[in-house]
Amino acid sequence: MTDQPAPAPAAPDARPRGQWGLVFGRLMRKPAAIFGLAILLLFIAWALFPALFSPQDAYAQSLVRRLRPPSFLDRGVDGYLLGTDHLGRDILSRIIHGARVTLLVSFFAVLIASVVGIWAGLLAGFVGGTTDAVILRLIDMQLAFPVVLLVIALVAVLGPSVTNLIILMGLSAWPRFARIVRGSVLSVRGLEYVDAARSIGAGRSRILVHHILPNILSAIIVYASFELARMVLLEATLSFLGLGVQPPTPTWGGMINDGKNYLSISWAASLFPGIAIALIVLALNLLGDELRDALDPQLSHD
Amino acid sequence: MLRYVLRRIVLTVPVIAGILLISFLLTHVSGDPTDLILPPDTPDEARALFREKHGLDRPIWVQFYVFSLHALQGDFGNSLRFHEPAVKLVTDRLGATTELAMAAMALAIAVGIPAGVVAAYRRNTAADVAIRAVSLFGQAVPSFYLGIVAILVFAVWLGWLPSGGRGTLAHLALPAITLALGLVALIARTTRSCMLDVLNQDYVRTARAKGLGEAPVVWVHALRNAFIPVLTVIGLQVGFLLGGVVVTETVFSWPGVGRLAVQAIYARDFPVVQAVVFFFALIFVIVNLIVDLLYAVLDPRIGYR
Repeated sequence: MTDQPAPAPAAPDARPRGQWGLVFGRLMRKPAAIFGLAILLLFIAWALFPALFSPQDAYAQSLVRRLRPPSFLDRGVDGYLLGTDHLGRDILSRIIHGARVTLLVSFFAVLIASVVGIWAGLLAGFVGGTTDAVILRLIDMQLAFPVVLLVIALVAVLGPSVTNLIILMGLSAWPRFARIVRGSVLSVRGLEYVDAARSIGAGRSRILVHHILPNILSAIIVYASFELARMVLLEATLSFLGLGVQPPTPTWGGMINDGKNYLSISWAASLFPGIAIALIVLALNLLGDELRDALDPQLSHD
Repeated sequence: MLRYVLRRIVLTVPVIAGILLISFLLTHVSGDPTDLILPPDTPDEARALFREKHGLDRPIWVQFYVFSLHALQGDFGNSLRFHEPAVKLVTDRLGATTELAMAAMALAIAVGIPAGVVAAYRRNTAADVAIRAVSLFGQAVPSFYLGIVAILVFAVWLGWLPSGGRGTLAHLALPAITLALGLVALIARTTRSCMLDVLNQDYVRTARAKGLGEAPVVWVHALRNAFIPVLTVIGLQVGFLLGGVVVTETVFSWPGVGRLAVQAIYARDFPVVQAVVFFFALIFVIVNLIVDLLYAVLDPRIGYR
């Protein structure tokens, strides 16, 4: 053992890359994936260190520079690149600060949705029978129900705190995960390697965790990026309706709602936050599409 | 066939029971319903009186039973804000909402299906790429933002259309288009993938081989069979439509059920909220029932078990 040549640590590129290295390599050859990843990283940076990126104080109000257009237009104020809102606050700085709430709430909502959904999907697919039938019925019911209305009503009853938003949005999204996981379990369950594992005496939970979960992981990751996009839209919708995280904390939906009342005087306050929402949703959807292709071993990648 | 229909109808009973439970629990999830309805400084005696008057002092399952019994007869109590039956407030606005939803759905089908067929037939050409790009952007833009931009462009800048309210066809245009856009993307994408499956089938080749022109082959032979899954997707979008109505009506001040719901939520007018949730769920259940039955009629391969 000891006289075997050790892998040269100085040249990590010479080592065969793991699966994730391979996937990352494939992604980096696609312009759409690079674009999506760049936008996502930029917004994550904004969410983590908003003060570093904002040109102005996002909370500083001023009556003299209310509802100004972008600085490169007539009446614009220098240093306020995208203009000011109805309280004279810098729109660009508020968009940068707004990334935090959106990404935080959406990320944890997807986390909750995926945990509940994966668990329900594994249960339905692996146990089968009545359990499967009941879970399937619940999935169908909730998938097609106008959940937005229910989430709005529940947020109104329980109060729009960050925790409530995360829990309610998360619980509204579990069925999609459950369905995808259930389908994957059913397609993997009958395969030979699962039979083989069972025949050498592996227990149910071992088979689930060691043999089935790794196999459906890529489907879950792809789905999570699409769900993240949907949660960003839901969070924006809730804060537009005044049921998101409350002012003065900036949220993109809330900024659009504030600007709505001044549309005839100033368009900047409503227009720019929406572009931020559309950009991040587009980035996540593109990333999901490209991830799906990159993770698919049956596609040729040359 | 009759057995299939009956079975499908019986299956909706537990769904309706679930919906009743959800709308009942809406006022109970935060604990004491009097906290939601009465002002916070209400004295305890007044609270007790209120509980007694509305049966809130009884065991919770008795309350649920009474609630369900009344709800099934269309009685959700009086609106706390308008002092009118909550159901009447909903049914009064149902016409406006139906008008908007139908217009949006018709528009989405009229644009989405042809776009999907063209995208499938002219696969990987400029037309296909353009349609896919538009549907990708259509998904990325939230509907309320689309509504705001539409108001900004067509009402504020161009002055062509009114920014809100209901009345003429001009009032309907912006909210209907806004509501339809999300659906168009979805219908176009579904139609495209279903058409791609169908266009490679043997019977399409047979139709071509016997000398039929391209137009009847694509629009009659292929589309007819691609239509069945598209129909299911359209049926499932009723839920999306009812959710979308809530936002679109709020943006455009459209006097429908969705706007009523949002206003009732702001005003903590819970009988109305419960009535809207129940009504929306009921519409959704009925439409899905119809879609399921239509599905069985359209596709002879579906067994009436």
